[in-house]
Amino acid sequence: MSTSLFDLTGKVALVTGSTSGLGQAIAGGLAEAGAAIIVNGRNAERLEASVASFRKRGLKAEGYAFDVTSEPAVVEAIANIEREVGPIGILVNNAGIQRRQPLVEMSTAAFEEVIKTNLTSLFIVGRTVAKGMIARKGGKIINIASLASEVARRTIGPYTAAKGGVRQLTKTMCVEWAEHNIQTNAIGPGYFRTELNRALWSDQKFNEWVEARTPAARWGLPEELIGAAVFLSSAASDFMNGQTIYVDGGLLASM
Amino acid sequence: MLDDLVEKRVLITGGSTGIGAAAAKAFAQAGAAVALHFNASGREADTVAAAIRDQGGTCHLVKGDLIQRGEPKRVVQAAVQALGGLDVLVNNAGSLVRRTPFEDLSDELIDKIFDLNVRSVIAATQAAIPYLEEAGGGTIINVGSIAGTGSGGPGASIYGASKGFIHNLTRHLAGLLASKNIRVNAVAPGVIATPFHAATPPERMEAMRQSVPMGRVGKAEDCAGTFLFLASNAMSGYITGQTIHVNGGQLMA
Repeated sequence: MSTSLFDLTGKVALVTGSTSGLGQAIAGGLAEAGAAIIVNGRNAERLEASVASFRKRGLKAEGYAFDVTSEPAVVEAIANIEREVGPIGILVNNAGIQRRQPLVEMSTAAFEEVIKTNLTSLFIVGRTVAKGMIARKGGKIINIASLASEVARRTIGPYTAAKGGVRQLTKTMCVEWAEHNIQTNAIGPGYFRTELNRALWSDQKFNEWVEARTPAARWGLPEELIGAAVFLSSAASDFMNGQTIYVDGGLLASM
Repeated sequence: MLDDLVEKRVLITGGSTGIGAAAAKAFAQAGAAVALHFNASGREADTVAAAIRDQGGTCHLVKGDLIQRGEPKRVVQAAVQALGGLDVLVNNAGSLVRRTPFEDLSDELIDKIFDLNVRSVIAATQAAIPYLEEAGGGTIINVGSIAGTGSGGPGASIYGASKGFIHNLTRHLAGLLASKNIRVNAVAPGVIATPFHAATPPERMEAMRQSVPMGRVGKAEDCAGTFLFLASNAMSGYITGQTIHVNGGQLMA
């Protein structure tokens, strides 16, 4: 039972923004657990290289380039994926961006760009995929939240606002879609060494702060998100809905 | 991904029925050696142990009344002796005892609820820490409740408060024990159809079912995957201090 409980064989999993960083690690992990993965990014060249690297690992991967903030592009891509690969059983809303600037200096356009990519896109991709899941009476949606869903730091105002929204949107997806046997949960990563965070971990002072502030006394590694993603994609979490699991080395739990 | 649970030594308190029993079976199926603590339900404990052994698993039984001072420590030590050490402690034993209006609570009932749901967890954890350290690290999984984040249903004020205590203690211990390579998390079940709800009136169960977005109450097995997930370092090695709610979306906490 326990192995089949976490088995994803036969499932199609779409992971947005999966050509690098946390999305890439999660996509690889879902594929290792048996899923056929749909890799997504905006840049066709990077996407192709990413798909090739997954296939080299012996994993089932297809690439679809589209912009998660463009509704027509999303609708078309989802239809193509479901026709060409199969019905999407697992959606990981991972794509996100960061713009670092104090609020008083930030342009409204930059603020809106972050909200659109990190929050509105989850609504667009989520409800497009959910329509099929509702018809098929089942599915798993995982939204990528953040420590910033709970706490704030200077210079990442729109990111924090968007990620707080992700936590609440996850609950809304739960209450609206639970009756169709769709489980929507979120993963909130703590400080992970990714490209998005380069400005942080290349700063020695910040590095020291993270190590001192985190009970685990270290940064997370992207592959350490895989377990939570597999858990929330699998039958092991069939009665979990609307929740956010923080993978943060204990940071949020400690003062 | 659960390969690291093979041969892990797991103590589950209150494991003869319900959520504890389902977790014990799941751990055994993942290849872990289980010590199952029980108190009043000897026959049920025997049944769980037999089911595990029939599948080729390892299950030791440890009897003890956890509300008696000194007993949690003795139970942990007996489990350690049987298992040859300890890697995972599941503080599952707990009870609502009986629903009682707040104004009618006696000192005796308050003590009973706190002794079982709070003091026994503290004492078992204190007793287990040196053994987890000896193993080079380990995992503690507490069992909280939807009542620990909400407010406890009718007549369950002290039970709800005791589970809120567990959620808070989980966070404290996560910070305290991280440097010893011990992770501490909690599973907070919602309404799960087990002997725990034996005295819950059917109309109340139905009202609770209707308040679950998924439209059903949980089964004991619905929590098992979460225990395995939290016990496995391969799956949750960077997760500590979390309370994971398994409630079908009932409480959006």
